[in-house]
Amino acid sequence: MGKRLAAIGLIAPLLVFLALFFVWPLAIMMSNAVSSPGAVRALPATAEVLGDWDRTSPPTAEMQTALVDDLRAIDDDQTVGDITRQLNSAKSGFRTLMAKTVSAVREDTGALDLVALDKRWGQVPFWQAIAAATASPYTDRNLLAAIDMARSPTGEIVSLPATASANLAILQRTFVIAAGTTLACILIGFPYAMVAASATGWKRQAMLAAVLLPLWTSLLVRTAAWFILLQDSGLINRLLQALGLIDAPLALLFNRTGVIIAMTHVLLPFMVLPIFSVLIAIPANLLPAAASLGANPLRAFWRVLLPLSLRGVVSGSLLVFMAAIGYYITPALIGGPTDQMISSVIAFYATGAANWGMAGALGIVLLVATIALYVVYDRLSSSGTERP
Amino acid sequence: MRVLKITFALAAMTFLLAPLVAILPLAFTSSVFLNYPVPSYSTRWFAELFTADVWRRAIINSLVIGLGVTVLATVLGTLAALGLRERKLLFSGFLRTTFLLPMVVPAVVLGVGMQLLFVRMGLANSYLGVIFAHTVIAVPFVFVNVAAALQGVDTRVERAAASLGASPITTFRRVTLPLAIPGIVSGAVFAFATSLDEVVLTLFVAGPNQRTLARQMFSTIRENISPAIAAAAFLFIVGTVLAALAVLLIRRGNTRRAP
Repeated sequence: MGKRLAAIGLIAPLLVFLALFFVWPLAIMMSNAVSSPGAVRALPATAEVLGDWDRTSPPTAEMQTALVDDLRAIDDDQTVGDITRQLNSAKSGFRTLMAKTVSAVREDTGALDLVALDKRWGQVPFWQAIAAATASPYTDRNLLAAIDMARSPTGEIVSLPATASANLAILQRTFVIAAGTTLACILIGFPYAMVAASATGWKRQAMLAAVLLPLWTSLLVRTAAWFILLQDSGLINRLLQALGLIDAPLALLFNRTGVIIAMTHVLLPFMVLPIFSVLIAIPANLLPAAASLGANPLRAFWRVLLPLSLRGVVSGSLLVFMAAIGYYITPALIGGPTDQMISSVIAFYATGAANWGMAGALGIVLLVATIALYVVYDRLSSSGTERP
Repeated sequence: MRVLKITFALAAMTFLLAPLVAILPLAFTSSVFLNYPVPSYSTRWFAELFTADVWRRAIINSLVIGLGVTVLATVLGTLAALGLRERKLLFSGFLRTTFLLPMVVPAVVLGVGMQLLFVRMGLANSYLGVIFAHTVIAVPFVFVNVAAALQGVDTRVERAAASLGASPITTFRRVTLPLAIPGIVSGAVFAFATSLDEVVLTLFVAGPNQRTLARQMFSTIRENISPAIAAAAFLFIVGTVLAALAVLLIRRGNTRRAP
């Protein structure tokens, strides 16, 4: 019992730290994605009064008083702007109505007859819009927008026109770049791991060192290095020109090719190492055994080695793909405007546009995809036979 | 077949190592362009690195933040790894997975949440905030390394110490800790390296005063690329090689001592 308590005492600091600085930030990010902007928090009294309203009977004086009190309590134009935008998107006419009302409320500190001020305050649809906006502190607007959908005025979920949003295109692009990188990693990493596993002594050590050294090197250093190699007058273009293979320099920087080359370089170790560890666990006499039973080398590879090493390939692919979909630095530095992946868009919404709702919604999409891939990877690597 | 194998292996190794080799000589170029050919060699970009205000401050910031992260992550990760040795603990598998999750979650997603949280907590644009942010992603490395080292510690040795009259604290100090030290040191090195190379979280939580070396390199590549990048990269690579050697030496020293 005492031992168990001591163990809990040792684990507690890290647990508390991660709860505070890992779980909480993610929770805030997610709650930002699903919470309504402005209106509910800014109009608490109105929200309470409208909660009891049947949404069809004429507006009451009580509702008017609550709204006037709430508007009076708001002292910054930012909040007023947020509310107006939200209400106006639900019912047009709010822009002028709110401007008029807010200035009247600010001039006059006494009781105010809103209907006398503007007769639209006597109409049910305007109050319905406020009631709808303040009814729930949660919204699915951002999550739907993250996949290019929206709710129609009647509440149905519809696709946005292709011109209105580009998030699906970005998700698709992220998927294409990550899949391309994974494929390139398999094409280079699988044979590489096979050659390394069949080599012995210093040759194997050298091949492994060539994988580990880049892995330990700073990501920024590697990205900067690719920047140097890929530029128009860089070493690669110069070499190809010197060999007479090309006349004019190939465009390798700020485009898709460059991004995939650099990302493949960065993620290749995560493909080679799992495959290698599976391969060296395969008994060395299996292939000679297959050969002695009459299988030619190709058949021995196809029927014996490939099925056995497939686990390593799948683990490596999951790792590479999972890391690739969340990549930010390499596409930001090596890619052009049309190579930016979901992470760049999240960063843009968060730091450029200060739209935390959209940043959070796209963050949820990326987080869910990553965690799902990780769960599959985790199952795969723990369910199998013991790893070497 | 054999020729094909060798050619492929050499080509792939070139692909893996060429970028690291290509950037090193440019650290000593006298030109203002980050490109070959190098007209003549000079140390002007190292001078730039250590005298220009932005670079010097970035280096100092990186060292201060890196040390803070190393201490915090090493303490938290080591304690947790020690705690998780207790096998009867409920949810120990769940906790193990949880402690590794920060490695998996995309940095941009975490960065958005941290930016929002740190503003609320008053940690935005502060050294402490950056240290906490980096520690979150550095701690799994410490945990993994220490847990692996502890797995190699035979519990019978500790029981033997206890049976010979050593108190739990003496057993820990004289038996467990010396055996776990290589794991702790490797973890600390990884934690420092993680902090040194971190850009994304830094972009979200650090202010202009906490600009780190990695952050400064990021914006230099993005805005006005200069050979100062190569000089900084040179320092990074030398640091990496030294750290790797240190880890290897400690591991080797330990395996020699082990029976």
